[in-house]
Amino acid sequence: MHIVVILRLVPDLADDLDLAEGGKSIDREWVGLALNEFDEQALEEAVLLSEASGATVTALALAGEGVERMLQGALARGASAAILLEGSGDDPLPSRTAAPIYAEAIRALAPDLVLTGVQTIEDLFGQLAPYLGRLLDWPQVSAVSGITLDAGHCQVRQEYSGGRQALIEVALPAVIGLQTASKPPRYVSASKLKEAMKSDRLSRQPAGAGRLANAARIERLVPPERSAGAEMLGDDPDSAAAGILGALDARGLLGT
Amino acid sequence: MTAVLVHIELEGEAIAPVSFQLLGLARTLAGDHGRVDALLVAEAAEGQLPQLGAADRVFCLGGAVAAGYLPETHFKALQAAREASQPELTLVAYSSAGLDLAAATAVSDDLPLVAYCQGVERDGEELLVTSQLYAGRLLATSRVTLPAVLSVVPGTFEEAAGQIQGNPEMIDLSAAVDTSHARMRLVEVMAPEGDDVDITTAPSLLCVGRGIGDQDSIAEAEELAELLGAEVVGSRPVIDAGWLPKSRQVGKSGQRVAPKLYVSLGVSGAPEHLEGMSKAGFIVAINKDPSAPIFETAHLGSTCDLFDLMDSLAEQLRQRGQ
Ligand SMILES: Cc1cc2nc3c(=O)[nH]c(=O)nc-3n(C[C@H](O)[C@H](O)[C@H](O)COP(=O)(O)OP(=O)(O)OC[C@H]3O[C@@H](n4cnc5c(N)ncnc54)[C@H](O)[C@@H]3O)c2cc1C
Ligand SMILES: Nc1ncnc2c1ncn2[C@@H]1O[C@H](COP(=O)(O)O)[C@@H](O)[C@H]1O
Repeated sequence: MHIVVILRLVPDLADDLDLAEGGKSIDREWVGLALNEFDEQALEEAVLLSEASGATVTALALAGEGVERMLQGALARGASAAILLEGSGDDPLPSRTAAPIYAEAIRALAPDLVLTGVQTIEDLFGQLAPYLGRLLDWPQVSAVSGITLDAGHCQVRQEYSGGRQALIEVALPAVIGLQTASKPPRYVSASKLKEAMKSDRLSRQPAGAGRLANAARIERLVPPERSAGAEMLGDDPDSAAAGILGALDARGLLGT
Repeated sequence: MTAVLVHIELEGEAIAPVSFQLLGLARTLAGDHGRVDALLVAEAAEGQLPQLGAADRVFCLGGAVAAGYLPETHFKALQAAREASQPELTLVAYSSAGLDLAAATAVSDDLPLVAYCQGVERDGEELLVTSQLYAGRLLATSRVTLPAVLSVVPGTFEEAAGQIQGNPEMIDLSAAVDTSHARMRLVEVMAPEGDDVDITTAPSLLCVGRGIGDQDSIAEAEELAELLGAEVVGSRPVIDAGWLPKSRQVGKSGQRVAPKLYVSLGVSGAPEHLEGMSKAGFIVAINKDPSAPIFETAHLGSTCDLFDLMDSLAEQLRQRGQ
């Protein structure tokens, strides 16, 4: 059993997002990058599955700033191997544009299962898992929390609004867009990370030439208008608390 | 616009509110001369047709093959409906089903797709589409050529405009959709987990987000909630961490709530959370990040530390109680 997990870095929302010149993208020069939170869940699920079934896990990523370190982190968390796809051009490529590059690499690896995060905060032109599902002509399910593996198929739990869920059996090979792993992502110790940095389990390959065309383009990126926003009470807890209670009193909202 | 096709979703047995929102949007975009088509995949499809009066035609896949939601079946049905309808625009919800279907449709038919959509405007032969990016921190305007696919954020457009009783023409897709050689099978549908409370009917809710830090601090929030006469609910990360039961999750994959009072502590206000609570009567948000999107939806806010605020609030409420 071989699982490929696709990992992407996204801007860290703890940082300010400044716009690049032209106002059509954010300035990545100064913003911190973090592993997409849903990709982190996908990686954890892959490692959990490998611990349960002995599957090998290959982490796959497009080369870019910080990506090599990110893949070393994936090795430290339990991935068996990592592959960096180099020379794809712009960093980052939208999931839509990049989907054929991943698809080509995946075809060559011929895994049983492909996992990636259900979405990223940047997926304006669509999410990766369903793009890959069609390009590979493999079944695909998104918004999944929890996978079990069996011979020839996997069982996934898909979540819907209102707290409804369904168990779906999917023939392998398949592509799954993961939302939440069966257990919270594990902590990685500094010593494991150091070990992974020295390992030879990270390899490089040229990215394929395929790209998906896109007849949509960004015209502008702006912060939302603040006019409709909250009345702010400042940051002193006592006076904020007094302000809140005053407002609740005035509206008759305090439980009696 | 000549034709707009809407993918209809069910919640349990009922047509999902977002589907009426999409039908309303489709009607507006189609104008007086355009056609609105809908795709309904449901076991008892025919019985639901009169609710879809906002559509001119409804493509139906009914019977046992349509029971529950299977991504593969819905994709095939959407392909068949698109083939028959030839829509300029295909609308799906930003929901679990929409996540499955939007990109799959776009890549199969070589169409552009814009996701997280919250506004659509016609501009000549093109569309200008507004989307929330970076978890609501920035708004993107995209220019899209038609035909295209849009995935629309639930709760954005009016439901009333699409909630029209009527008698749409029904077109049966059974012959056009081949469900043999299926690569997926529905094993089990699980109803929402029951719990002590129904958070959708509680008048006051106190919501804790990832900012609460750990399970131990939940007890503190529970004490404060009791003083406020509120039930404790959580954002998705708090539920995923196991600090509160799933039945208390607010948002896209949890419950939609509209209490009179919603107090949030350490919640950033991602679109998937707002979807579940933006209709609350009075929203108070505490978040130490002044640029957190929750402050756009809240009525009253403070950037103080949530733990300090919990202490102050609890103390002042106790003093009043004496
Ligand atoms: C398909 C799908 C479905 C989803 N469904 C849901 C859903 O149903 N419900 C849901 O909530 N999310 C859902 N999400 C996840 C959503 O995208 C966000 O990740 C989530 O809402 C973030 O939760 P949060 O605001 O608690 O955490 P964060 O975004 O991490 O925010 C924590 C906030 O706490 C603040 N903070 C930290 N410490 C303190 C302190 N001491 N004092 C004050 N403030 C502090 C920080 O400034 C930060 O803004 C879904 C996502 C997807 C893709
Ligand atoms: N016919 C359908 N069309 C779209 N979504 C559906 C359909 N049936 C079920 N679903 C989804 O699957 C979830 C579980 O469905 P149910 O088994 O009917 O409770 C619902 O909440 C919907 O989101």
